[in-house]
Amino acid sequence: MVNPDALNACGAPFEMDIERGKIDEFARAVRSTDPAHLSGERPVIPPTFLTTMFFWEKRVEGSSPWALVEMSEERGMHAEQEYVFHGPPPRAGDRLTGTSRVAEITTRTSRSGVGLMFVKMITEFRDDTGRLVAEAILTGVEKDR
Amino acid sequence: MTPTDLHTPGPQAPEPWVLEPLTRTDFVRYQGASGDMNPVHHDEEFARAAGYPAPLAVGMFAAGVMNSWATAWLGADNVRRTRMRWKKPAFPGTQLTISGEIKRRFEVDGEGRLEVEVTATDEDGDVSVIAWLEFVDG
Repeated sequence: MVNPDALNACGAPFEMDIERGKIDEFARAVRSTDPAHLSGERPVIPPTFLTTMFFWEKRVEGSSPWALVEMSEERGMHAEQEYVFHGPPPRAGDRLTGTSRVAEITTRTSRSGVGLMFVKMITEFRDDTGRLVAEAILTGVEKDR
Repeated sequence: MTPTDLHTPGPQAPEPWVLEPLTRTDFVRYQGASGDMNPVHHDEEFARAAGYPAPLAVGMFAAGVMNSWATAWLGADNVRRTRMRWKKPAFPGTQLTISGEIKRRFEVDGEGRLEVEVTATDEDGDVSVIAWLEFVDG
């Protein structure tokens, strides 16, 4: 059951290195044959690549405030995902710092009368100058029954 | 910005991409790459206990393939936003067809943008995943 107190919870910053081998592995897993990902010294990431932040979050305790949301495993699901790039997407060799926060918790009733709770978590990725490079926006939804 | 802008010549969408029927191997390869190891996508018993007939397709896998289709068309360096929403679950054997079109041309801080809508439709003609991407125009 979603805990409304999780609103505005912020995670500890985590480092994320954009690696060529990981880009290659991920691009092939999403059936890409694009040389933009699969060749060169500094290939660009596929648009959904920042989902691999999972691996980097695990290295830093308290980096994901999502645990505080306490969304039900049975009635909760991934409703929507978004990535925003403030310029060309990151490339191999970039080092980013990610920070996640629970940005929004809203409720709505579906047409069939089921109560829905939407939770939005935003992860900001900045480069070593502090410039905002990209954002990952996760929306989860929990049904009340 | 007027509706006529949509009628100015733009890059032609590629042919729809008819994927091979989804396999458990697709899901496992994607899960290993992404780090999402939820067993509902690969453990038969776990998936059945959760009420599914078979392992549930990884939503981000199909969405990722849709993004690959779009960036092969309009350029991996040009993407500025991608948003995806899941509409209908898919399973091993589901055959998805990916297609899309330009929906809107607009400007952000003086930079031309194209908005593309991409869908993954299953063999029943139902939309399984829908995605919207923005690319730098030109």
